[in-house]
Amino acid sequence: MKAASTGKDKKAKRGVTEENWNLRLYVAGQTPKSIAAFTNLKKICEEYLAGKYQIEVIDLLKNPQLAKGDQIIALPTLVRKLPEPIKKIIGDLANTERVLVGLDIRAV
Amino acid sequence: MVKKKHDAVVLEKCPTGIKGFDEITNGGLPKGRPTLICGSAGCGKTLFAMEFLLRGALDFGEPGVFMTFEETPEDLAKNFISLGFDINDMMSRGLIAMDHVYIERSEIEETGEYDLEGLFIRLGNAVDSIGGAKRVVLDTIEALFSGLSNAAIIRAELRRLFHWLKERGVTAIVTGESGDKMLTRYGLEEYVADCVILLDFRIDEQISTRRLRIIKYRGSAHGADEYPFLIDDGGLSILPITSLGLDYPVSSQRVSTGIAKLDAMFEGKGFYRGSTILISGTAGTGKTSMSATFADATCRRGERCLYFAFEESPSQIIRNMASIGMDLTPWVKKGLLRFHSARPSLYGLEMHLLTFHKVIEEFNPQVFVVDPISNLSAAGSLSEVKSILTRLIDYLKMSNITTFLTDLTRYEGSLERTSEEISSLIDTWLMLRDIELNGERNRGLYILKSRGMAHSNQIQEFLLTSQGIDLIDIYTGAGDVLTGSARAAQEAEEKASDLVRRREVERKLRAQERKRNALEANIAALRAEFDVETLEVQLMAEEEQKRQAVQAEDRLDMAQLRKGKPSNPRVLRPEKKTKG
Repeated sequence: MKAASTGKDKKAKRGVTEENWNLRLYVAGQTPKSIAAFTNLKKICEEYLAGKYQIEVIDLLKNPQLAKGDQIIALPTLVRKLPEPIKKIIGDLANTERVLVGLDIRAV
Repeated sequence: MVKKKHDAVVLEKCPTGIKGFDEITNGGLPKGRPTLICGSAGCGKTLFAMEFLLRGALDFGEPGVFMTFEETPEDLAKNFISLGFDINDMMSRGLIAMDHVYIERSEIEETGEYDLEGLFIRLGNAVDSIGGAKRVVLDTIEALFSGLSNAAIIRAELRRLFHWLKERGVTAIVTGESGDKMLTRYGLEEYVADCVILLDFRIDEQISTRRLRIIKYRGSAHGADEYPFLIDDGGLSILPITSLGLDYPVSSQRVSTGIAKLDAMFEGKGFYRGSTILISGTAGTGKTSMSATFADATCRRGERCLYFAFEESPSQIIRNMASIGMDLTPWVKKGLLRFHSARPSLYGLEMHLLTFHKVIEEFNPQVFVVDPISNLSAAGSLSEVKSILTRLIDYLKMSNITTFLTDLTRYEGSLERTSEEISSLIDTWLMLRDIELNGERNRGLYILKSRGMAHSNQIQEFLLTSQGIDLIDIYTGAGDVLTGSARAAQEAEEKASDLVRRREVERKLRAQERKRNALEANIAALRAEFDVETLEVQLMAEEEQKRQAVQAEDRLDMAQLRKGKPSNPRVLRPEKKTKG
């Protein structure tokens, strides 16, 4: 976890200049919903943010204490840590249009 | 017995530790099940839930999790420190865990299917973090509805949540805001089927009262009334009206009234210890003086007396009592007498009752005086006053505290009328009344009732003198009831005629004495005369004897001269003569 966060910090520094996207996907185990969410996210990122994104998947079944920090209630939840401000998208990310709006990618 | 045992098996209860609540629910909330607490904003839901949790952790060894959806843990900690709970300290000791769930709708976009597993994971994590919490509070889970748009998912997940809570066997409290047509705005009562408690906050005539009602308690008997409750620096306290029965112990010990002549009206012994005494009377009949006298007598016995004054300040009472020769200051200094003054309208009736309870528990008096109770009606309706007094008197009887109440009655109507609501609670009822006669007003006292003892039926005139209270028999001669100066005049008149009669007798006695003296003088004179006569007679007799002796000698001499033959018959002859 610690390693991941320092890595994120480094990316964050670059993110200011190079428009780096730091995304975090919270799931609880390998449920159909979480698998669908990850697949949908990967697809959207490849399409719109190729080369400038990083996805961190956090399984709350393994690290339940992490749910508190990002105020996770619903699962799956995608948190856009960078660029700021923080955005949250809940659901299996099946509706690409809404994910793009939620992540503010549309303008890019 | 069998039923009780059965009951315990069927439904275990989880004590809340909230004063009074466990009494009305026969033990607390249903153990291992969720309970819904609903009510409008500011009615004390969070406080109830938090107190349940904190007392559980401190008093019953059941650690708990507080999941707050509204207030931050920092704010909660700040709020509860004033109630004497150090939440931060308890958290660091692992007694409770807190989780602040914050949902900001504008930050969240919803795309497709989701569930609330995150909430479950957080709750599960919090429960495990303190080694298996036994109590859980969700305050208030309704925030989910405003934070998320898919109500169908939320409802499905809530159902799952309550099922999950039951499965884990935690006793849970869920709070919910009152709704328009339903108990809660989002119909939470649909999911919590076991126990529903409604908190209410009402304002009548500018005085607020909080009330609690158990709407539903599946599988358990519970009080169905609305119970007033209070929030003060000791947390929440519920005052069950019916929790106290009539099975208190009674004492046959007697306590003096402080007025010897009043004691005499009660078989010469005074009131029963632990009984309830009411003095009613119109303004200025001496109720406070009687209360103070009783308080004084209590302290003289070395007992403690608690004096609730609703009309006067302690210093004013002390000053005024000095005018009837009573000094209460030493008792106050010794700690035997404690005054408690407050305006009745200062706060609601419930608060008054709680204040009574608190001060009584703190001071532990043998005698409790309220002067006057009639002023309490300013703080509530008649039925409320009655219920408060019932509870107060029951409580005092349980503690065997002698209660002395005064009641100010109005001029209009029957004197007995105003107090009839509480008369059934009173053991000894004294009446002070004005007797207006011949242009003056005097005070009369009589005993209206006194349970369990013979008592005088006489009206006594009640006097406030510089030496204290005095009772005088009212003049009832010549078919008239006289008091005050009329009585005094009547008595003076009687005294005068008495005197005249006494003089007459004395005079007659003296005359008789003189007569007797005269008589005795007469007797003495006669006796003297008689004595003189007796002496003369005696002298005469002696002379005669001498004369006869001389005669006998002469005869002898004569015989000698004639024959010279003295013989016995000559001697015998005079003997015979004397005999004859």
